[in-house]
Amino acid sequence: MSGALAASGAAPPRRRAGGFAVGAALVLVTLGFGVLAPLVVAGDPFTQSLTKALGGPDAAAPFGYDHLGRSLFHRLAHALRLSPAIAAAAVATAGAAGLLLGGLAAARGGWVDRALTLVADALLALPGLLLVLIVLAIMPGTALGFWAGLSLVLWVEFFRLTRATSRAVLASPAVEASRLLGFGPLYVLRRHLWPEIAPVMLTAAAFGAATAIMAIAALGFVSVGMRAPTPELGLMMVELLPYWREAPFALLTPVIATFTLLLGLILMAGDRAR
Amino acid sequence: MPLLSRALQALAVALLVGVSTFAMMRALPGDAAWRIAAGRYGYDNVDAAAAASVRAELGLDGPALPALLQWLGDLFRLDFGVSLVSGQPVAAELAHQLGASLQLALAAVALSLLIGPPLGVAAGLRPGGALDRALLVAATAFRATPQFLLALVLIVLVSVELGWLPAAGHGAARHVILPSLALALGLAATSARIARDATTEIAATAFWRFAEFKGLSRGQVLWRHGLRNVAVPLLTLLGLQFVTLVEGVVVVETIFGWPGIGHALVHAIFARDVPVVQGAALMLGLGFVAVNAAIDIALRRIDPRGAA
Repeated sequence: MSGALAASGAAPPRRRAGGFAVGAALVLVTLGFGVLAPLVVAGDPFTQSLTKALGGPDAAAPFGYDHLGRSLFHRLAHALRLSPAIAAAAVATAGAAGLLLGGLAAARGGWVDRALTLVADALLALPGLLLVLIVLAIMPGTALGFWAGLSLVLWVEFFRLTRATSRAVLASPAVEASRLLGFGPLYVLRRHLWPEIAPVMLTAAAFGAATAIMAIAALGFVSVGMRAPTPELGLMMVELLPYWREAPFALLTPVIATFTLLLGLILMAGDRAR
Repeated sequence: MPLLSRALQALAVALLVGVSTFAMMRALPGDAAWRIAAGRYGYDNVDAAAAASVRAELGLDGPALPALLQWLGDLFRLDFGVSLVSGQPVAAELAHQLGASLQLALAAVALSLLIGPPLGVAAGLRPGGALDRALLVAATAFRATPQFLLALVLIVLVSVELGWLPAAGHGAARHVILPSLALALGLAATSARIARDATTEIAATAFWRFAEFKGLSRGQVLWRHGLRNVAVPLLTLLGLQFVTLVEGVVVVETIFGWPGIGHALVHAIFARDVPVVQGAALMLGLGFVAVNAAIDIALRRIDPRGAA
């Protein structure tokens, strides 16, 4: 895939070189913490010891304890695996659906194109959080509901980008020449379409992941997302908010983690205004 | 023609809302009748008889397809029914809450337009300058901050630590400042970037340099030749930001206890009050289409070149 990315010299130049590297580093640091932290210091995000409530850091809990005496270090690590995992699954599903349907709309045209565009436009008019909330009410299980709801919201962006890029490429003289030379659709897809679409998809994926993580945290913060004992970034913030005077660092840990992760993803997406 | 496509979009939105809320009604985890009865009579007063009477009254069992057609028929006759919880007509409830939300949303848009575009234009006139670089950093930081996090920071800093403004409440003018600021800063971050890019683009054109060459001052060039061009992408962005604004309203109203439509929507989803969810979702979706149709028309007036 990196070969395809490097080959896309025709794509419009983006101001991303420095920002992309910094963003990728920030994302890697936060995700690395989520994966590696439990291996460095063994512990459990659910075990309570009320005598240590809001206590400072010690060997078993390097970031101190929350209001129920649970290790913040391990809760944060768990939260930093949960949201990105849901976001990655939703982005992968939405990306695949968007690529497939966008390519179909561009290749077929006609009523297939019009019908798909109409569905996408209708979804675009509804707030994403509202759709996620409705799907959460329909689906059993919160994580599954988040995955389905976010996929439903995010595929529209991939669809629109794929459709717009594919239409332009398929109408180009280069593709016409390939077809006249007798190359099949698979060749056109690999040699002409993918090199144009791949960099656009990368940007959209980073932005989509940021949107997904924001949505999960926002719904957690207003107590309609993940349920209570689960460590989740927004939920941790709203749980620790009442104690912020006694333990400001406890509230700051999820805040800093969320901000770092989102900043990294936004920098990776580049200066794409929305 | 663009208005026709907006009308089609409105129709598709209505259909989507109708089908998804119907699915919500049908596929509720647990027994919807029990949830609705609990919402009506309180969790301590629910028994099988109450649930059965709710089920008979609302026709909660029976085949799906006729029920869906009837559901959509009611929707297209703009008959939203009554709230399952309060028993009031949905339209009346929503009309009441919409006022409070509009107040908040308009304050937020006005505030974001006061902050974002002026800074963006100023930065765009000197690309690469100190203001431009500072704005890039600030805009990136604000875009990476979710609205609820901004609301949290504002509550902790401004109302708890400094004690300048109340953290919650509704009625007096000072209550609207913090929630609208929490919404406006995120919107302003994007509109500042758009205004900045549009301004640098305009300032690089031949007609701009000619206007300067013939002796107009910077302010005059900007006023006569610049602002109208900058307004076009800004207005388009404003239409797209409507969705961001509505999402923000849902979250920010819940945090600040603002009695608007977002607050009502979250409660309705919790109480499985499907008619209210449907009415609110339809109103928000059609609101988006209406705002964008109005912006389509306004853009034609500002920039008539595309209308050939």
